[in-house]
Amino acid sequence: MRIYVCVKHVPDTAARITVVGGTGFAETCKFIVNPYDEYAVEEAARLSRKDGGGEVIVVTVGKEAAVASLRAALALGPQRGILVKTDAQFLDSRTTGLALKKAIERDGAPDLILTGKQSVDSEGMQTPYRLAQALGMPVVSDVVKLTVEGRRALVEREVDGGGREVLEVGLPCVIGATRGLNEPHYPKLPEIMQAKKKEIKVIPMAELGLSGDEGCTEIVQLAATPERGQARMLEGSAREKVEQLVGLLEQENVL
Amino acid sequence: MTAEPLPAQDPAHLGGETGATKRMANIGILIESGAEGIKETNFGVITAARRKSGGNLFAFIIDGDAAAAKAVLETYGVRKVVGVTAPAPDIQARPELQAAALAAAVTHFEITGLLGVASPKGRDLLARVAASLDAPLVQDCLKVDMDEGTVTKSHFSGRTTATLRLKGSPWVCSLRPNSVEPVPAPAAATAENFQAQTVDPGRVCVKDVKKSGTGATDLAEANIILTGGRAIGSSENYQMLRECAEVLGAAVGASRAAVDAGYAPHSMQVGQTGKTVSPKLYIACGVSGAVQHFAGMKTSKVIVAINNDKDAPIFGKSDYGILGDMFEVVPALTEALRKRRQPK
Ligand SMILES: Cc1cc2nc3c(=O)[nH]c(=O)nc-3n(C[C@H](O)[C@H](O)[C@H](O)COP(=O)(O)OP(=O)(O)OC[C@H]3O[C@@H](n4cnc5c(N)ncnc54)[C@H](O)[C@@H]3O)c2cc1C
Ligand SMILES: Nc1ncnc2c1ncn2[C@@H]1O[C@H](COP(=O)(O)O)[C@@H](O)[C@H]1O
Repeated sequence: MRIYVCVKHVPDTAARITVVGGTGFAETCKFIVNPYDEYAVEEAARLSRKDGGGEVIVVTVGKEAAVASLRAALALGPQRGILVKTDAQFLDSRTTGLALKKAIERDGAPDLILTGKQSVDSEGMQTPYRLAQALGMPVVSDVVKLTVEGRRALVEREVDGGGREVLEVGLPCVIGATRGLNEPHYPKLPEIMQAKKKEIKVIPMAELGLSGDEGCTEIVQLAATPERGQARMLEGSAREKVEQLVGLLEQENVL
Repeated sequence: MTAEPLPAQDPAHLGGETGATKRMANIGILIESGAEGIKETNFGVITAARRKSGGNLFAFIIDGDAAAAKAVLETYGVRKVVGVTAPAPDIQARPELQAAALAAAVTHFEITGLLGVASPKGRDLLARVAASLDAPLVQDCLKVDMDEGTVTKSHFSGRTTATLRLKGSPWVCSLRPNSVEPVPAPAAATAENFQAQTVDPGRVCVKDVKKSGTGATDLAEANIILTGGRAIGSSENYQMLRECAEVLGAAVGASRAAVDAGYAPHSMQVGQTGKTVSPKLYIACGVSGAVQHFAGMKTSKVIVAINNDKDAPIFGKSDYGILGDMFEVVPALTEALRKRRQPK
């Protein structure tokens, strides 16, 4: 099987985000592989080992710095990486989908494409769908279980109220991974060392015939979300406190 | 009415102009139904869509009874209720067919903007529709400005808020459940059926739906959530929260520490790697207030923290705080709420 995995280089979820220029942020913070994409990489590596052949290729669209996330992903098992080089951190998902499509198509014929269900920076929640549409493939996202049997996959996705939908989908397809799919392993030192030697092909976005203006959304403002202040602490015995609370909540009209 | 055969689909034009501001005419809302009929969360979406769009609100119900839904939908200002079907018996098991039928309805009724609830089902269907129409899409919006053609949504797990412009028509967006307060605005609606002449590509098929064991109120849609953190200590102790939740009509959530300790299933987890919720009232019991937890609940209207450590970070970013042992405070709260329920 030839499996492509899309990974995004994103700020650490615990990093402090400083807005710069009204629509961007200071990219000096620590970056990591988008957490949902780690599940996708781990799953691809496991599937490939089970399959006993083929190849896993990680693909990212990003700045030069995104190579760090490709290397981190390669340490989990994939054979090689592709960087589609751009100079913007926030690309509209339509542009990203097209860039991923063109890069993958140019590289080889996928049996399976894995992505995360969402990137933790822009929270687009749509790239797998755009990519699938562009490639004419079916897609299922929010996937917590994946079994491949020949040319079809059985997947489970989380739905409302903690339930799960079991779906059958034909290969090749795009699968968006979420937490629960697996537990990504911590790469061992030899894996990290090997990853440093793996091939990474760099393709400038323009070489794929894309200008970066393909987007259909535009960020007009990025602002720090105002934090709530110090809580109003209620006084008295436990009973007095809860009685006060009930009164206050009634006043706020939330009971 | 059964519609005419469809005209060729006209993909959105992605020029520089902002379709959302140009043609405000027809706004569509994807209505989601559950076991008890039309879900409450739809009404906030209708309210958001209604604001300035005047009288052209369409409600789309997939494979549902438009006539039966009319009465409740028109109280929120919907003018046309459309039952969307396709010539296949098992449309419910065919997400691709549902999306194709909805996309056909969007084209047929000349919808300029399509909104829905950012639930697992809504997000999936709207993403399929937007991809197939090559339309702009913003998921999990917190606010929609129909006049400006902009929406706001969380970036970086809620630490920043982004305002985005949707370029092109139709545009699509999903709204975080409970992010807009439903306000009735009665109107007279008509109901009709639209059968899309679409064929299922047959590539994705739902084989089974496994219900969760709890059958509890869905977290993402709950108006009130009561969450137990690591301090809950065991899965049995959640019973204390469930009792209080029952009086409140609340759903029960958990922090990741509680899930990782095996006290609660992952489906109950609130936070960055769990559910994102936006209830009217969020009561956190024995939760320290980590950024990753806040990422999933910071847009709640009122946040109450119950914690026995006066320095717990959660007190620094909540509305009301109760310093105390949750095993004492929660039963007292349940008691106080029960008393309030009793006729005076
Ligand atoms: C990538 C990543 C993703 C994450 N995603 C999530 C997520 O989705 N959701 C999430 O919740 N966390 C998430 N976390 C974990 C998060 O950082 C915290 O570790 C977690 O939220 C802590 O859970 P807690 O508040 O229940 O536990 P603790 O931090 O242990 O807090 C327990 C609190 O209970 C109080 N307490 C103890 N006894 C009592 C008592 N008897 N009565 C009242 N109060 C008492 C203590 O004072 C303390 O404040 C994530 C972390 C990472 C790194
Ligand atoms: N720039 C990118 N490069 C590679 N993959 C991406 C990129 N952006 C998004 N993706 C993939 O698409 C998924 C969903 O992203 P999003 O639609 O931005 O929430 C992510 O989890 C990634 O797997």
